[in-house]
Amino acid sequence: MPSFVIVEKCDGCKGQDKTACMYICPNDLMLLDKDGSLGYGEMKAFNRDPSMCWECYNCVKICPQQAVDVRGYADFVPMGASVVPLRGSDNIMWTVKFRDGAVKRFKFPIRTTAEGSAAPLGGFDEGDGDINSANLMTEPASTGQDTLPTL
Amino acid sequence: MANFETVEVTTDLLICGGGMAAAGTAVEAAYWAKKNGLKVTLVDKAAFDRSGAVAMGLSAINEYVGYGAGDNTLADYVNYVKQDLMGIARDDLVYNIARHVDSSVHLFEKWGLPIWTDENGKYVREGRWQIMINGESYKVIVAEAAKNAMNDAGFEIIERVFIVGPIMDGDRVAGAYGFSTRDNKFYVFKAKAVCAMMGGAVHVFRPRSVGEGLGRSWYPPFNSGSSAYFTIQAGAEMTCQEIRFIPVRFKDAYGPVGAWFLLFKSRATSATGGEYMVERKAELQNWAPYGLVKPIPANLRNYLGMLDVDAGLGPLYMETAEAIQKLAAAAPDEKAFKKKMKSLEAEAWEDFLDMTVSQAILWAASNIYPEKSRSEIAACEPYFIGSHSGGSGAWVSGPEDLETPYKWGYGNMTTVQGLFSAGDGTGASSHKFSSGSHAEGRYAGKQAIRFILDNNSQPNVGDVDALKAACLAPLDRFEANKGMTTDPEINPNYIRPMSFMFRLQKIMDEYAGGVVSAFKTSKALLERGLELLDMLKEDSEKLGAEDNYELERCWENVHRMCQAEAHVRTILFREETRWPGYYFRADKPTMDEANWKCFANCTFKDGEWKFEKKEVVDLIG
Repeated sequence: MPSFVIVEKCDGCKGQDKTACMYICPNDLMLLDKDGSLGYGEMKAFNRDPSMCWECYNCVKICPQQAVDVRGYADFVPMGASVVPLRGSDNIMWTVKFRDGAVKRFKFPIRTTAEGSAAPLGGFDEGDGDINSANLMTEPASTGQDTLPTL
Repeated sequence: MANFETVEVTTDLLICGGGMAAAGTAVEAAYWAKKNGLKVTLVDKAAFDRSGAVAMGLSAINEYVGYGAGDNTLADYVNYVKQDLMGIARDDLVYNIARHVDSSVHLFEKWGLPIWTDENGKYVREGRWQIMINGESYKVIVAEAAKNAMNDAGFEIIERVFIVGPIMDGDRVAGAYGFSTRDNKFYVFKAKAVCAMMGGAVHVFRPRSVGEGLGRSWYPPFNSGSSAYFTIQAGAEMTCQEIRFIPVRFKDAYGPVGAWFLLFKSRATSATGGEYMVERKAELQNWAPYGLVKPIPANLRNYLGMLDVDAGLGPLYMETAEAIQKLAAAAPDEKAFKKKMKSLEAEAWEDFLDMTVSQAILWAASNIYPEKSRSEIAACEPYFIGSHSGGSGAWVSGPEDLETPYKWGYGNMTTVQGLFSAGDGTGASSHKFSSGSHAEGRYAGKQAIRFILDNNSQPNVGDVDALKAACLAPLDRFEANKGMTTDPEINPNYIRPMSFMFRLQKIMDEYAGGVVSAFKTSKALLERGLELLDMLKEDSEKLGAEDNYELERCWENVHRMCQAEAHVRTILFREETRWPGYYFRADKPTMDEANWKCFANCTFKDGEWKFEKKEVVDLIG
């Protein structure tokens, strides 16, 4: 539709400090119908402009209720398939259901460090600290060479 | 006027955008600003974690030189890029990005990005310059390091504020203005330097899918030409505005082909089984010297496929089954073969699931098993993406420590004082991709801080009331006129942003060489297109917006229109065909090395476009 919200599962993120899908959508498409006045149901989220949806799945991945799914674009995708992610802290599991009923599951790592722990200097020597030098922070150590190359 | 509170934010460095280039700028600028007692503010229309072209994730990093380990030399990279762009690239910029890119990739790994390694711990190469990653959370991880650096220094990141345009103080940038997409707030940012890093442009041309699948562009629909608009309106010189990019991808869902061509060594064929890269080899002579050097430039590979389609030999296919079977066949026994097939299948699906989930849906919905059947490929619609195999963007100063003729100030500064750019925002420095955009952003961030230390005065922002009125006018126009008709969609007093975008796309598609014109255009078509664009420009003063969301869409389309005009005018200026697989000037069908091996630059000042040629100087033998 592309992304769509399952009425039964969506609780409008009432226990959260913000609506997750609305927070994350890179194209500002997800909206919460707080009081139901928009016709989508009280405290229900919806995709306000499906034809601007990139199917990036960020709303699907972030939803704490697993209330968001994607239905392939109606103008070129045959019906009957689904691709559903379950994103954890260090890996993601995908369930791919084919039109012919076959199911495949794939699991891939997504990060090697604890969430939130990325230290800007990455543990490299921070470098010369000279605003006028060609070295960026952590260079040359982070380049893998002793000095920054030049022409 | 709509009742919007005016919020003023005063800072030293303003970073506009939140993609890879902006994340690089933020992490680097925060470091140097903190050290030097300056302040950095980042403003973006989306959420930093998932903003920009890497929002969905990526399955590969396409620029990793590996010069420290002796994998490649920087000179090789520069020559490869220039060759791919048919001779048109800035050696100094490409070299500078290449010497910093490995540092960014090594930082990504430390920050937590899983990079594939072999049994010796070396990165797995997809192709000569590319490495494979488990990149679902690539952008999240890169943004996290930038956020940590910004937070640690006490700097602010403002999300969901759309930047409309620059504020100028004579020839120096003084800041930017925009509005909140969440609250009724008009924002004025006052800054000593500004980094315009708001990505490339999509939906300037009509996409192949115009129903629900309108949003399934290869590059994201939220990249709306804001970098180009910002720098053009600031009066900055622009370069390579004619070099659009048309990728050939799996048809309709636009899944990536890089892994198939490079990692799996797959062939592309026509419907009759012919291999256009082999059968049409003689055509490459017409594009010498670039057509005769490997790798064959992306646009020429496109072109040979297009010739097959023109000859009625479509559809084109990626021979996925053949490629997988061939790779697995190398296994010594049945058990090893099965294991290899399983791992290749997982790799093939991850390639899509990491970065183009739609393609996984399309395959599953079409019962396509890549190890059993081939899959259709096609040329997408044109995009503006200076970071990939396109070239459009601002003309920026070369690095000060390099001997380069293109140098007038601080590295990566545009021709406007205090205005910097990187990533899709800068031109003539193609093939930086995600990693190079980050590295270039870091470089620009350090240079911008250096500029501020040398020019530490707050420019005059002046009276912003007129900017505010113009910015909010679409809301006022809708409100004042909506009651006239029973259907607010149809009203003679305003045009809503979606209709406006369709009008722009129709002009570009039919007159400037889009999909429907088979990427062909001519002087006469371009001139007619400009007449229609002129009327569209006039009608942009009649855009109507029902709410903040539509206001955002209105301004995005004004940005797209500006990119469109720069593109049409530059194609008109360059009287030859140099990138036949990107666009074809049917009235000038050959390449003219004697007259057009040059950059085509343009500047928009005082309502006038000015065009000039700039010499391509070889700095690397």
